[in-house]
Amino acid sequence: MSIDVLLQQIVNGLVVGSVYALVALGYTMVYGILQLINFAHGEIVMIGALAALFVTNALIAVGVPPALALVIAILAAMIICAIVGVSVERIAYRPLRTAPRLAPLITAIGVSIFLQQIAILVFGRNYFTFPEIIPKTPMQFGAVIVTPNEIVIFVTSLLLMAGLLFLVNKTKIGTAMRATAEDQKVAGLMGIDINKIIAFTFAIGSGLGAIAGVMVASNYGQAHYFMGFMLGLKAFTAAVMGGIGNLWGAMVGGLILGLVENVGLMFVRGDYKDIFAFVVLVLVLIFRPQGLIGEKVAERA
Amino acid sequence: MSALLENKRNQIIAFVALGIFLLILPFLAGMIGQAWVRILNITLLYVMLALGLNVVVGVAGLLDLGYVAFYAVGAYTWALLASNHFDLSYPFWVLLPLGAFLAALAGLMLGAPVLKLRGDYLAIVTLGFGEIIRILMNNLDKVSLPGSDTVYNLTNGPRGVTGIDGLNFFGFKVRQGIEVFGFQITGLQLYYFVFLAIAILSVWMVYNLQHSRLGRAWQALREDEIAAKAMGINVRNVKLAAFAFGALTGGLAGGLFAAMQGFVSPESFGLLESVMILAMVVLGGMGHIPGVILGAVLLAAMPEVIRYVADENVQQKVFGLVVIAPEVLRNLIFSLAMILIMLYRPRGLWPSPDRKSDAGGSAK
Repeated sequence: MSIDVLLQQIVNGLVVGSVYALVALGYTMVYGILQLINFAHGEIVMIGALAALFVTNALIAVGVPPALALVIAILAAMIICAIVGVSVERIAYRPLRTAPRLAPLITAIGVSIFLQQIAILVFGRNYFTFPEIIPKTPMQFGAVIVTPNEIVIFVTSLLLMAGLLFLVNKTKIGTAMRATAEDQKVAGLMGIDINKIIAFTFAIGSGLGAIAGVMVASNYGQAHYFMGFMLGLKAFTAAVMGGIGNLWGAMVGGLILGLVENVGLMFVRGDYKDIFAFVVLVLVLIFRPQGLIGEKVAERA
Repeated sequence: MSALLENKRNQIIAFVALGIFLLILPFLAGMIGQAWVRILNITLLYVMLALGLNVVVGVAGLLDLGYVAFYAVGAYTWALLASNHFDLSYPFWVLLPLGAFLAALAGLMLGAPVLKLRGDYLAIVTLGFGEIIRILMNNLDKVSLPGSDTVYNLTNGPRGVTGIDGLNFFGFKVRQGIEVFGFQITGLQLYYFVFLAIAILSVWMVYNLQHSRLGRAWQALREDEIAAKAMGINVRNVKLAAFAFGALTGGLAGGLFAAMQGFVSPESFGLLESVMILAMVVLGGMGHIPGVILGAVLLAAMPEVIRYVADENVQQKVFGLVVIAPEVLRNLIFSLAMILIMLYRPRGLWPSPDRKSDAGGSAK
């Protein structure tokens, strides 16, 4: 249990955590606007990973250089996921905006099962190997070993998060998103097209999810139709831990969850890794019921 | 339909007809195959589970996504204390109450720290709790105390516990079935009647509870927690009572499950199971007992019926070839049905006539 091991686990935790954070952003953005747990988001991530995998392999097979193939595949996966995400919102969530709150939760669960089955039909049940395009040759920094693949994942995540923060806080459409999250009715009166903003939110969240899916698949070297389940669960846990509905909360929550899991591995057996994540979540929520960064919402009578 | 049921005489006729139907149902199912009797029994267990969760989610408005954990506690209590895993064989009148009690205790343990949480925060913590219980069942097969090398096998891990005693009434083994006047009643059919009796008992209990002082307090809590507090309701105790009662029902159903199956493994108690039970409550009509029963029957039986209809042979006959793997087709139809029912009946198939808001309504 030396300091070297600790450093190594912190590095591993940051890489995994940055992916959690990207997925958590998808949950938290939707929750911020619709107060809906979008259970299907994990499946969107899975579709992104599988779509990118198949497009990459197809392009490499016809002679496209691997790096270019990966970039095209990621773009294709983002477009596919954005279309799926927006369609899910349009078909399964929008008609239920004024319904009792648990109704869209149940359709979200239905959509999640549905998308898994579609993925089996389109891609199959197998575990697919993700081609190693960004090298995974270990590099030594002092006592810590990092692969170029991990560095790319971490840096890309940070850039994407910075980009999202800029989009939400500094642009016109971001202002509209925040206004919609604050009060849909009033935002509508101010001339904001609510439906368009919500669709846009789903598109952005799903696009980020697609990239996160590719990252997970390339990090572990494989993808399959059930990968979205646990990843989605962890990411949602991260979003809640940080304070759901809050972008910074999702990022911090994701990174902390990744760190806690990996550093925790030093103390408990690998089998208990998942327990660790949930125990930390319960502890955080007991002492800060609104999440780490969440604002304290006044109770309304 | 409701106008027809206003009439007292029609009501009695309807009840008698339903009673007769429920009594001959296992024999009808038995004619197709014992597998169908098992489906009936599982459906009855789901009815109990949905009724228990309905108290927590539908009546008291606390969103619980880890309900299956209590089912698991009940099932493992029975499995570990009445199987050759520890070479124990306690009778049912110890096991069922003990399982229900331990589950209720787990409910209190979960409820106490999360009292302050509401809405979706509560959902994720209960979900985490469910996962913790499942992971523990998976991994408590190699427990060692610090400073000692002895490894204890508590739950037998992912392999599950086998060779579990069935329900034995003082020497009479329900599993073996019985012959009455030359008429053979199989063990599964006997289980059906036991489960039916307990399910009816649960309906009676939930109904009375819902219309008691405590039940009204739960509803007040669901509609508006702050107003309920102002009216002098002890919110903490009332919430804990909801958790404990829901868990108790789950634990009872779990014990019965272990007794019938003779085998339990962590696989039966995943998150999807919790989600299914929640879907039964919401799809049927939260807080409304007939609706919840309808939801449970529909969601428990539908996949099995679709499995039969979407069979490869049927596809072969209709299309001349197997278009989609039956398993996939089954899940596709099932998920589409869930989505469509919610889209067209957002308040559930058979909602409570006097219900105003739903779980977490005041937390928004």
